[in-house]
Amino acid sequence: MTELPEVLPATGTASLAWLLFALPAFGALVLLIAGRRANRWGHLLGVATVAGAFVVGLLIFFDTLALDPDQRTRELSLFQWFAVGGLNVDFGLRIDPLSLTFVLLITGVGALIHLYSVGYMASDPGRRRFFGQLNLFVTAMLLLVLGNNFVMLYLGWEGVGLASYLLIGWYQDRPSAATAAKKAFLMNRIGDVGLAIAIFLLWTNLGTLQYTQVFARVGELSGGVLLAIGLLLLLGACGKSGQFPLQAWLPDAMEGPTPVSALIHAATMVTAGVYLIARTHAIYDLSVQGRLIVAIIGTITLLIGAVIGCAYDDIKKVLAYSTVSQIGYMFLAVGLGPAGYALGIFHLLTHGFFKAGLFLGAGSVMHAMHDEVDMRRFGGLARYLPVTFVTFGLGYLALIGFPFLSGYYSKDRIIEAAFAQEGWQGWVFGGLATLAAGLTAFYMTRLVLMTFFGERRWKQLQTADGQDYHPHESPAVMTIPMIVLALGSIGAGAVLSAVGLVDWLAPSVGELVEPEGVGAVPHAAVPWLVVAISALGVLIAWLTVGRHRVPVERPAHVSLPVRAARRDLYANAINETLIARPGIWLTRALVYFDNRGVDGLVNGLAAGLGGSSGRLRRLQTGFVRSYALSMLGGSVLVIGALLAVVLT
Amino acid sequence: MNPLLPVLLVFPLVGALVMHPLRDSPRAAKQVAIGTALVQLALAVVAWSAYSVPAAAAGVRFQLRFVVEWIPAFGTQFALGIDGIALVMIVLTTFLVPILMLFSWEERLPEGRTASGFFALLLATEATLMGVFMATDVFLFYVFFEAMLIPMYFLIGRFGGPRRQYAAVKFFLYSLFGGLIMLASLIGLYVVSAQYLPAGGTFDWAALRTIVPLIPESTQIWLFLGFFLAFAIKAPLVPLHTWLPDAGAEAPIGAGVLLVGVLDKVGTFGFLRYCLPLFPLASVRLAPLVLVLSVIGVLYGALLAVGQKDLSRFVAYTSIAHFGFIALGIFAFSTQAFAGSVLYMVNHGLSTGMLFVMVGLLAARGGSRMITDYGGVSKLAPMLAGCFLLAGLSSLALPGTNSFVSEFLVLVGSYPREPVYTILATVGIIFAALYVLWVYQQTMQGPVRGRAVLAALERSPAGGPGTMIDPAIAASRARSGFPDLCAREIAVLVPLIVAIIVLGFFPGPVLDVVNPSVAATMTEVGLTDPVGGLPR
Amino acid sequence: MSTTYYLLLSALLFSIGAVGVLVRRNAIVVFMCVELMLNAVNLSLVTFARINGALDGQVMAFFVMVVAAAEVVVGLAIIMSIFRTRHSASIDDANLLKY
Repeated sequence: MTELPEVLPATGTASLAWLLFALPAFGALVLLIAGRRANRWGHLLGVATVAGAFVVGLLIFFDTLALDPDQRTRELSLFQWFAVGGLNVDFGLRIDPLSLTFVLLITGVGALIHLYSVGYMASDPGRRRFFGQLNLFVTAMLLLVLGNNFVMLYLGWEGVGLASYLLIGWYQDRPSAATAAKKAFLMNRIGDVGLAIAIFLLWTNLGTLQYTQVFARVGELSGGVLLAIGLLLLLGACGKSGQFPLQAWLPDAMEGPTPVSALIHAATMVTAGVYLIARTHAIYDLSVQGRLIVAIIGTITLLIGAVIGCAYDDIKKVLAYSTVSQIGYMFLAVGLGPAGYALGIFHLLTHGFFKAGLFLGAGSVMHAMHDEVDMRRFGGLARYLPVTFVTFGLGYLALIGFPFLSGYYSKDRIIEAAFAQEGWQGWVFGGLATLAAGLTAFYMTRLVLMTFFGERRWKQLQTADGQDYHPHESPAVMTIPMIVLALGSIGAGAVLSAVGLVDWLAPSVGELVEPEGVGAVPHAAVPWLVVAISALGVLIAWLTVGRHRVPVERPAHVSLPVRAARRDLYANAINETLIARPGIWLTRALVYFDNRGVDGLVNGLAAGLGGSSGRLRRLQTGFVRSYALSMLGGSVLVIGALLAVVLT
Repeated sequence: MNPLLPVLLVFPLVGALVMHPLRDSPRAAKQVAIGTALVQLALAVVAWSAYSVPAAAAGVRFQLRFVVEWIPAFGTQFALGIDGIALVMIVLTTFLVPILMLFSWEERLPEGRTASGFFALLLATEATLMGVFMATDVFLFYVFFEAMLIPMYFLIGRFGGPRRQYAAVKFFLYSLFGGLIMLASLIGLYVVSAQYLPAGGTFDWAALRTIVPLIPESTQIWLFLGFFLAFAIKAPLVPLHTWLPDAGAEAPIGAGVLLVGVLDKVGTFGFLRYCLPLFPLASVRLAPLVLVLSVIGVLYGALLAVGQKDLSRFVAYTSIAHFGFIALGIFAFSTQAFAGSVLYMVNHGLSTGMLFVMVGLLAARGGSRMITDYGGVSKLAPMLAGCFLLAGLSSLALPGTNSFVSEFLVLVGSYPREPVYTILATVGIIFAALYVLWVYQQTMQGPVRGRAVLAALERSPAGGPGTMIDPAIAASRARSGFPDLCAREIAVLVPLIVAIIVLGFFPGPVLDVVNPSVAATMTEVGLTDPVGGLPR
Repeated sequence: MSTTYYLLLSALLFSIGAVGVLVRRNAIVVFMCVELMLNAVNLSLVTFARINGALDGQVMAFFVMVVAAAEVVVGLAIIMSIFRTRHSASIDDANLLKY
């Protein structure tokens, strides 16, 4: 168990932390309420508020940097949200290295993507509303990482879910977009249930939901409760981060506009699960089984993502599965415990740069190609989109772990840490992570080859509305963010490891425990191994894709694994058969039961009463004699009863 | 003797009577009605400011009391008084009524019915609701409890949809059935009290509280069941719920909001005010039964909501799910859950009220309430769609909207004592997301489609033969067959939206008022919180 | 002579009257049977008065006679008016007051 830092009240610059989320919230409010009047300047307000939040974030960051490491954890209580009995929930912020790291990532990458969207969404009549929703997302995401208790976390957690829902369904003319949005929200909510129950468990056992008090007292929890909380939090994290078995929504989420995919479904929101586990590391520190399951889930997911990524032809879906896979690496890292929390965050940051850059590049390609996403219709675009090609290429190299680019630093250290585990874990985690690195190199090389190199297949093709393709480079407002992110892809890894990100994070996630002794593979050999496997992946991709002509039509007769991968390894089919269909049947049956059974009983009772009274009234014949007879009979009965009583 | 409460009780009735001579000029009648409702709201605010939270925390159970002799022979008094729970319900009622009146301003009524009659009945319903929440004499409560049925019966039966007669009679008989069984229990309570009190039987709530510890558990169980049945019908708990979808679907929207938003809360209010404090042993003993019914309600109501074809019935079934949450909170016996349930009663009034209003606005344009008759509305009327989504999000308890705080409090408060039921109810929030988003997708998203929408677009600008089309909407068809919200409609929605958002972040004022009364109820049940708090 | 015989006679008359009321259709006959039952009761009242040595029963019998006389007046008038409108004195024909 790591030492918990002292928590101090926020003063000075840090007391401005409320501006971080208030600025984008203000932007969202204005943009969503102002209506058409704001159409002219709405997007500028959207960019300005997020950029302003970034500046505030930088100020607080430098302010915090000036402090001693053990004084860097501060809290700012804004107001009391609600309080009943012993339950007291503050609307409070926690400003510590972990949350500040996320703040800078969210507002920094967020501001760049906002800027990019100015160009990307220029022709969309709803651009103002788009910026409003994007601002809403930034607000919710900042609340998620800044909250100082679990209820604030939950507020941000579902808030980003809402923003994600709205933005995935942006092109709501397409029924598939509306369905994808709904699916994302529902699968997220499954995770939210886990998070909620974990919160209930914490309240029941500790009587508080404040991070500070919870983390200080987790030692009082029994092992079973710890494991349960750990697993429930993991369920929440899986929902939000698209991890197995809740991964199926993330690729569908690519129905949203590309900037959304870049910001929400690559750089920030989907990494919230990693944040959650790093934030609650005090709980996972004490639960070895819980950590192990996190690592297993991460490993399964990184393989699933990499395998499926090899089979798709849709450029955004390949990147989406790549995201699934990379977040799997982060889960694996945080699942390794004290040896990995900081590494997970490290990879999260570098991934935020290069994956956002890759998505923006993909968006630029789509922008050039009439929103076409099928890579089989691309080819040879490098000459037409030079800036996009170079920035995308750098992001690609960073992702596959090309030496000394950012992915090399973060991913390799995760694989090293995985190999350093004891016993079978080292072999399994390390081996599979290395295998997935090779697959990553394969599918990314395939993507780059099919898009930027080779024959210009689009020359013979026409768009859906019958025009020729005229690829053209995007405007500067779009390329500048791409260039900035590409610079990040080059330097982030080296810079962050040079300035000591790991030490900076130590007050929040504990000191990084360097693996001791010899794991499965000698420490020094791991980078060589990973680079070799990746190079092998690149080579195979070149042999199978680069050297051959790529058919425009997708080959129908392919091997079994490819077919399985094209169908998302049957995840959707399983969900459909196990949950959706029985659910529909159940609903129909219940509606029938309610109308015929429950309501039928009520109406049946009414009808029964009516019917029996209809029959009973037949006794009133109108014949005086029959009335007289019944009077006589009645009298005889009464007298008989009286006599019986008197005589006995 | 504070005259505020009797004024609150009588004032709507006075307004309704003043409207009678004005029945031939609907405009003047409506103005009188909404004026009355607004003054009533102001009076309720006065009551709020007159209510002292410190006094309540110090143990004063009822405030602003007003007591006169009524029928001394029965030991019953005309006794009014409020605690925090009653106060928030009164304010909710008076807040909703003017909004509903503004909403119903242009309501197209069935042949031969006058707007003044409709508005007068709304005021009469408001008056009886005031009485129900204010009464501190059990017999007086019963009188108002049954009196509520009369104006609501006429609202549904005279002003409702095509099957209004069926729905009104079903509602009336169902409620009356429960009420009469409660009457039997009430008389039983009187007889029992006569055994223990030297001065003879009484219906006074406070006096009854003093003899509660003396009543044996078996007697309590029988008396409890009588009360419980009446309240369970009113609040509808599964399986006593089937009147609600019919009444909700057939009632005019204005009356429907009052019915589902406030009148049904009398059931859950009754649990808290009568069942728990008067029969604590029975409440604890029978809690598992109620909890099972609540959890079934949460899941069953949500699944049925998914399967509905009619928007009004859909709203009614979502309410059944929400009532499950409220009942769960009440019978989980912790201050957090109690406060959550009370807050839920308020929030559900707001969110379901808004959802009902949105259904009404949609029906005012398309002339139909069937879900499949609509599609792609957000392209034609984005503001309407946005408000619909907001109402839905409040209904699925998204954090940041009002319902989240209450749902969270209910669940977090219930978990320590009832983990299994709480987990099952928590699963219900997935279904909540499903039904809201499913209906939103079908009606609002996608390409413009659906019989009602297309017919509205094709109809000539002057308005067509649609049976339920709002004349004001028909007039504004000049530009589009399916217009977005007009100024009056925005005025209806803005107070609701503001309340939904503000209560999502600042529920403090309401909780402050509710907390002492909730703590008092907790003491009356004789239990302590399973999880206390730590000093901060 | 034992009073028992008077009571037996009274019971016999009452039974005859009751059977007559139940089986006959002519309103006049039914009416007379009712009178018969009343008189049977009168007889038993007087008999019991004799047995108990009190006058109560005899007073009661006078009451019954007065009521019977009043009943005859009203009853016969009703029968007359029914007969005039329907040309029948059968009580089965006057069965409109039913379900």
